[in-house]
Amino acid sequence: MLQIENLSAEIGGTKILDGLSLSVGAGEVHAIMGPNGAGKSTLAYVLGGRPGYEVTGGSVRFDGKDLLEMEPHERAAAGLFLGFQYPVEIPGVSNVQFLREALNAQRKHRGEEPLSGGEFLKLAKEKAALLKLDMDMLKRHVNVGFSGGEKKRAEMVQMGILDPAFAVLDETDSGLDIDSLRVVGDGINAIMRKPGKGVLLITHYQRLLQVVQPDYVHILSQGRIVKTGSADLANQLEADGYDKVMAA
Amino acid sequence: MSEASLIPTRPTRRDEAWRYSAVERLAGVDLDVWRDVDIAPGETWRECIVIEDGADTASTELRRLRIAVGAGARCEIFAIAASAEFARIEIEVRMGRGAHFEMGGITVGGRDTVREFVTRVVHAEPEATSNQTVRSVHWGKGTGNFLGSIDVVRDAQKTDAAQDFKGLLLDRGASVNAVPQLEIFADDVKCAHGATVGQLDETARYYMAARGIPPELSRRLLVQAFIGDALVGLDNDDTRERLMRVALDKLDKHL
Repeated sequence: MLQIENLSAEIGGTKILDGLSLSVGAGEVHAIMGPNGAGKSTLAYVLGGRPGYEVTGGSVRFDGKDLLEMEPHERAAAGLFLGFQYPVEIPGVSNVQFLREALNAQRKHRGEEPLSGGEFLKLAKEKAALLKLDMDMLKRHVNVGFSGGEKKRAEMVQMGILDPAFAVLDETDSGLDIDSLRVVGDGINAIMRKPGKGVLLITHYQRLLQVVQPDYVHILSQGRIVKTGSADLANQLEADGYDKVMAA
Repeated sequence: MSEASLIPTRPTRRDEAWRYSAVERLAGVDLDVWRDVDIAPGETWRECIVIEDGADTASTELRRLRIAVGAGARCEIFAIAASAEFARIEIEVRMGRGAHFEMGGITVGGRDTVREFVTRVVHAEPEATSNQTVRSVHWGKGTGNFLGSIDVVRDAQKTDAAQDFKGLLLDRGASVNAVPQLEIFADDVKCAHGATVGQLDETARYYMAARGIPPELSRRLLVQAFIGDALVGLDNDDTRERLMRVALDKLDKHL
């Protein structure tokens, strides 16, 4: 589904990704772990096409298409969802308006009919219930006044509504208490654990990986994948730390 | 203090300098033409002013209103300046005891147009309140101005007056100016004014793009949210939609 080959990228002239290769097949969940500064968030933003992140080499193919050639909104319409480590506040724009515009823009891009107001609200209610987020929260402005945990739940509601083929989730577990972590993890499973879908889960902790069990775990260090293993690799990291596991 | 001394009929150039941002654009325009409105005590008067593209829109468009708001009366004005090379909406309000004045104003424009609000609110009696919110969105070499004067006379205790201006510049070369002028001669009053200028929030635009919203639409949504502040006090959905549509159509047409 997603083939990253020899990807290099920099921010403001500083090299962050340095020849990263990774392939995620349909129906697979891959976790990326790594020490601070390894390039995890940069990988997420490069895949999402954030301005300021300059690709200096390599390629990324998404369902056979050149992902790096697409504008950010085109990547979303093609089925890529980027879960933000720090979801952005947009005063004056309600979640309902934001998500309806987003969904219908994606549908239009794909040549599909827009969803009516009624159809959209039904869908939004269903996904909010899945993530145990009060529907009133969705009537409020995007992320404004939301707690850290509420923002992350709202992100997953967005993912549920947009129903992407592939999700890159950047530290979706940060800022969540134990109960919220379970709700968010169950949400990811319900929305994304399907044949034909893929997930790249960027995290620091294996706690989320106990709920969303990965098929592969990769260790990212100094801008490239240095070790790949099964779900058990996350347990080893938790027990022994990066230095010991990477040296082994 | 007599009425004549508060709003002089023959102002000096110095007295009046604050209200002329682009004096050369007013050449040949009759500056003595005002529409006078008297709002009876306890009454409510609402007005919507729209300067938009039309077959008979002149290159200079002036709307001038002089309003006396009676004791306990309420005056609400919501307005947009979205057309003409030079468009000015000028409002003078004289507040009676316990009266309220609510104004929401929007200017939008590009090229080298100037669109502006010039207001003078005279708190002539105690306990009156006024609230003015202006939002300006400009691009190209367009200019938006809010020249607002608040006069609180010596006996107008318990006055509560507020002025809030925000400008949003979509291009380098566009500009907005805020000229608040507060003259306060009473000692038990609240007068607030604020002015900020900024650009579109690119982080928010990227967040929207990451959800599939194309750049033109994210700009439209953010501008809509921005100017929405000026229409918060308007409780008529049709009028709100009309003003919003005039602003957004202008944006769509020229950007």
